[in-house]
Amino acid sequence: MDALNILLIDDEEAFVTTLQERLEMRGYTARVALDGQSGLVMIAQDPPDVVVLDLRMPGMSGLETLRRIRGEWPGLPVIMLSGHGSDQDFEACQNLGAARYHKKPLDIEDLLDSIRTVTQGHVPGR
Amino acid sequence: MKSILSAPINIIKADIGTDINSPRRYNLLRRKIVSLMALVTLIPLLSLAGLNYYEHQNTMAAEIQAPLRALVGKAKHSFELFLAERTSAVSFIASAYSFDELSDDANLQRIFQVMRREFTGFVDLGLIDVAGNQLSYAGPYDLKGRNYTEQPWFHQVQFKGTYVSDVFLGFRKFPHVVIAVRHTTESGRSWILRATLDTMHFDRIISAMGLEPGSDAFLVNRSGILQTESRRYGKVLDILPFDLPSTGFESNVQSIRDQKGQDNFIASAFIANTDFALVAVKPKPTAFSTWYTVRLDLLFIFVSSVILIFLAVYRVTSLLISRLQESDEQRMGAIHQMEHSQKLSSIGRLAAGVAHEINNPLAIINEKAGLMRDIMNLRPDFPDKDKFGRQIEAILRSVDRCRGITHRMLSFAKRMDVKIEVLDVNTVLVETLGFLEREAQYRNVELKRELAHNLPQIPTDHGQIQQVFLNILNNALAAVPDGGQIVIRSWDESEDFIGVSVQDNGCGMSEETAKNMFEPFFTTKKEKGTGLGMSITYGIVKRLGGEIQVKTKLNEGTTMTILLPKRSVEG
Repeated sequence: MDALNILLIDDEEAFVTTLQERLEMRGYTARVALDGQSGLVMIAQDPPDVVVLDLRMPGMSGLETLRRIRGEWPGLPVIMLSGHGSDQDFEACQNLGAARYHKKPLDIEDLLDSIRTVTQGHVPGR
Repeated sequence: MKSILSAPINIIKADIGTDINSPRRYNLLRRKIVSLMALVTLIPLLSLAGLNYYEHQNTMAAEIQAPLRALVGKAKHSFELFLAERTSAVSFIASAYSFDELSDDANLQRIFQVMRREFTGFVDLGLIDVAGNQLSYAGPYDLKGRNYTEQPWFHQVQFKGTYVSDVFLGFRKFPHVVIAVRHTTESGRSWILRATLDTMHFDRIISAMGLEPGSDAFLVNRSGILQTESRRYGKVLDILPFDLPSTGFESNVQSIRDQKGQDNFIASAFIANTDFALVAVKPKPTAFSTWYTVRLDLLFIFVSSVILIFLAVYRVTSLLISRLQESDEQRMGAIHQMEHSQKLSSIGRLAAGVAHEINNPLAIINEKAGLMRDIMNLRPDFPDKDKFGRQIEAILRSVDRCRGITHRMLSFAKRMDVKIEVLDVNTVLVETLGFLEREAQYRNVELKRELAHNLPQIPTDHGQIQQVFLNILNNALAAVPDGGQIVIRSWDESEDFIGVSVQDNGCGMSEETAKNMFEPFFTTKKEKGTGLGMSITYGIVKRLGGEIQVKTKLNEGTTMTILLPKRSVEG
């Protein structure tokens, strides 16, 4: 069984690369995009099994990126991350079809839990 | 102190900014308004009363003076008539009889007898020739042969034709007046007829004036020598103890103070063809006795009016001032509340901003530390693994603590919004108590419920009201010692409100703490609290249209009371 392919989209490079490394240490394939636009390009080139997306980003916002992903790849689960965590944000993400929602700073075990849950029954590397 | 603490919170708030609302300012204002209103009302009253008093006194004086003047006028006429009659009689005799007839003693005696019969008061009658010799005499004294050339009256009668003397005492010590008339025949021969009158008739005229007791009337000559007896100023020929006021032939009234210091009205008039003035004296106290009673009544009315006006002015002003003070206090309270909620909302925005900005670097620290731990765990041979492990755990714990703080700050900002639903407050209370029951059991604290059974459901925000109860219950739990008691009550307060109270028998609060307990960032829990709990509670209750009150006493306990509206409020 191939490792799950995870795409991390976040403008905070220090955060996202560290998270990438930690996921890879746990046997996942993790790639990084530093903004929404390049994230969409990377999905088009090589669709991942799950996307971890930051809500607040310069340029294309997390919500906009989420809308585009859900539009083009409705079956692709998206886990949202936010340092803000207001109810409105949470609701907006739910309405746009985000699978999970995590607040920063996050516990890696919680994230792994969510990843495992949303990819259950999913065929990796498809 | 207790009264301040048990007062509703808005009064405490109003007390904080007492500069403008200080009692001194209101007292000053009250004094100013009272003085101004009293002046405005009392000055016209005073001037009216003064004017009235003055006018009334003048009228009274005029009313007293007029009869006195008339009395003196009438008596003066009686005197003039009396003297004119006597003078005419003497004059008639002097011209009706010849010199020879008059110089005969027997004849003169007979004429004198007739004269005495017709005219009362004559004492004697005598004929004097131009050389001043008494030629004949009828009367009680032996005056025949006397010469009057040297006497002043003789020259006066030669010169004026008639003469009425001042009063003098005769041989028998009776006061007398002399009337002398000169007669000149057509042939140019002259003689003088001289008659003496006793002045008893003067006294009779004066007593006929019908003077009141205390009043006095008398004749006085130009030199101030009494010509008749005075009741008050002495006997005949005594000197009047005060100067006669300016007197004419018409009777006039003046006010004079005599030697005894008594104020009098004096009416006086000269009697024609004599040196005498008739004087009537009426003391003022007698004259004004009726006026004094009237004045006393007036004074009473005046004083009671002044007191009434002053009381009314004071009462009205006090009412006005207390209304003013009330409205000022309400305004101050409203301003404070507004300031407080504005403070809360800007703190909310600030908190959200800070939390968000901090969360990102915090996430990096968290991931870096996590990675360090991952790396370390992957290598069983990692040197000083335990030591590094402890450092990493410490970092992660600190990140956790920071996360707790930023999440609280974010949820504080989040609470600025209200979602209203109709619910049973008792249910929310029981639910909230559920969170705390374990800790209470552990510390042996009794949570006593006295909840009203028929409590109406109210429209409110479930999450927020729960937060309020939780904050208050948490504080109560923190305040009570192990084994303490917390009583939770709910009741139907009024038509508009339901009440919920949490009473503890814990440590209570000082006045200072009670004053500041709703201020943001005020805490007594040191690093354990954010100082936002009660501030949030206050903000929520106010936003829900409720009231929050605190009653506390140091070392005895605290009762927090919340009133929640039965109808939802706009805004």
